[in-house]
Amino acid sequence: MRSKNNVIDYVIIVVLALMAASCLIPILNTFAMSLSDKTSAALGQVLFLPKNFNTTGYEEIIKDDQFFRSFGVSILRVVLGVCINSGLAIIMAYPLSKTSHEFRMRNVYMWIMVFTMLFNGGLIPTYLLVKNLGLVDTIWALVLPGAVPVFNVIILMNFNKGIPSSLEEAAVVDGANPLQCLWNIYIPLAKASIATISLFSMVGHWNEFFNGRIYINTVKNLPLQTYIQNLSMQISAEQMVNMDPEEIVRKLAVSTLTFNCAKAIVSMIPIVAVYPFLQKYFVTGIVMGAVKE
Amino acid sequence: MRNRKNEIYYNALVLPGMIFLVIFSIIPMFGAVIAFKNFVPAKGIFASDWVGLKHFHNMFNRAEVRNVMFNTVFLAVTKIVLNLIVPVIFAILLNEIKSLAYKRVLQTMVYLPHFLSWVILGIMFSNIFSYNGMFNKFVGIFGVQPKMHMIDNASFRPILIFTDVWKNFGYGAIIYIAAILNIDPNIYEAAEIDGANRWHRIIHITLPGIRGTVILMATLALGNVLNAGFEQVFAMYSPLVYQTGDIIDTYVYRMGLTKMQYSFSTAVNLFKSGVSFILITGSYILANKFAGYSIF
Repeated sequence: MRSKNNVIDYVIIVVLALMAASCLIPILNTFAMSLSDKTSAALGQVLFLPKNFNTTGYEEIIKDDQFFRSFGVSILRVVLGVCINSGLAIIMAYPLSKTSHEFRMRNVYMWIMVFTMLFNGGLIPTYLLVKNLGLVDTIWALVLPGAVPVFNVIILMNFNKGIPSSLEEAAVVDGANPLQCLWNIYIPLAKASIATISLFSMVGHWNEFFNGRIYINTVKNLPLQTYIQNLSMQISAEQMVNMDPEEIVRKLAVSTLTFNCAKAIVSMIPIVAVYPFLQKYFVTGIVMGAVKE
Repeated sequence: MRNRKNEIYYNALVLPGMIFLVIFSIIPMFGAVIAFKNFVPAKGIFASDWVGLKHFHNMFNRAEVRNVMFNTVFLAVTKIVLNLIVPVIFAILLNEIKSLAYKRVLQTMVYLPHFLSWVILGIMFSNIFSYNGMFNKFVGIFGVQPKMHMIDNASFRPILIFTDVWKNFGYGAIIYIAAILNIDPNIYEAAEIDGANRWHRIIHITLPGIRGTVILMATLALGNVLNAGFEQVFAMYSPLVYQTGDIIDTYVYRMGLTKMQYSFSTAVNLFKSGVSFILITGSYILANKFAGYSIF
């Protein structure tokens, strides 16, 4: 009995180790490719260790001014986006955490928010609106359409509901108005939740590429992920149809392979840098968002 | 308790966000009337001619739209099912591990892919599944002929499904791991004294303990039957795999913004939004009824 149990223990340990390893394999492979020479990479001779160690991929990035401009655009977008998202979430979550008895309009606002989460006008009407507002080709097109992070507002609101109302009542007795209560009681107590939703917004803005694709026409204004995606699709779809498969392989592989891998790795750096914080906060965040009392 | 002065503050605090929601979410809903018009940008939304349901008729008569609908539902449903099963299995297996340090290392590794963008993952997987890529090298050991999987209609759907489950299973497991931690450890101890083995414990304690959470997540997932993963498909597909990989969202994008068929594209989009709205509302009602879940 005992030894049978041990065997199953080992099987479970190995299965889990394989599942976890599978999560790193593509990343390690890409990292190794980014540091290999183009031919070895294209011929598939690279697994987890670089072959013919070579930094050409990264040197090409350094020579690519647009890569750094796009990196800057993405940083700016994250800063603006997170400030707008989290600022709005903080000021909206506080009044919405009141009961509809204390705040009569509360449920009306909640239904409007939930409705916008469930239904949307669609790609073209939104695009036409952004265009008519003159936001096309500006950073604002990337941060304003999603200014209100409805899901984050709900997470923060649920957290605020858990803060004992006696704290606020005591402050009110001392003559504090709601703004002072928000600033002096709710924000300090909700710091961890605010960090959580800010990290969610940060990752979202850093990784998002489709809005950059439709709203930004000038290459120099492209955010990083969109810029990388444009490049990796350099061989256009129409060309592909007319080429024979071997030619496609050669074109796709040799010219930009190590460069593409290097770009993928560099653009991951900010995410990896905040990953320890992400891990610390998002577990709480997701549990708060999904199950509630 | 009601205090008018406080309510003025409350309204003022909600107002900026509401203005953004009205501008960027509510106004486009009215803009969706172009689905019933023949929208010409030079004329504008109001002056364009009404055409009634023409675009909707057109939509159901196009074979490509039927194909796109099938791809969407097929991909979305497969992903929903696997994104439910794999995280549950992972969470249950993880619970069987006794070493806390090993658990923590595993969790750190499996959460990471969730935070990487599909652009980056698209580059990584198109290398892995390329002709000379790691996948062909691996299956080559078993004598399988190499193929260019990213542009192969037989491989493309399995790739989409596999990579999506791969990206999200760790993150999806968080909620089940939390649910398992909520099970009273005394029950496990009592079962062990009564001679229950590992299998008995999983079947009779762990699974029933997380049943509520699983049902809740399954119900909420119903709303995603038409969401096949736009960013993923957009970052990974090419014309060579439209037949098996094109989904509603990518079709709407191509018809609308590359082929400039604004009204037709909006009609397809509106159809999707309408059906999704019914599905999500239905799933919330079910979740509320059976699990006491409420959105706010």
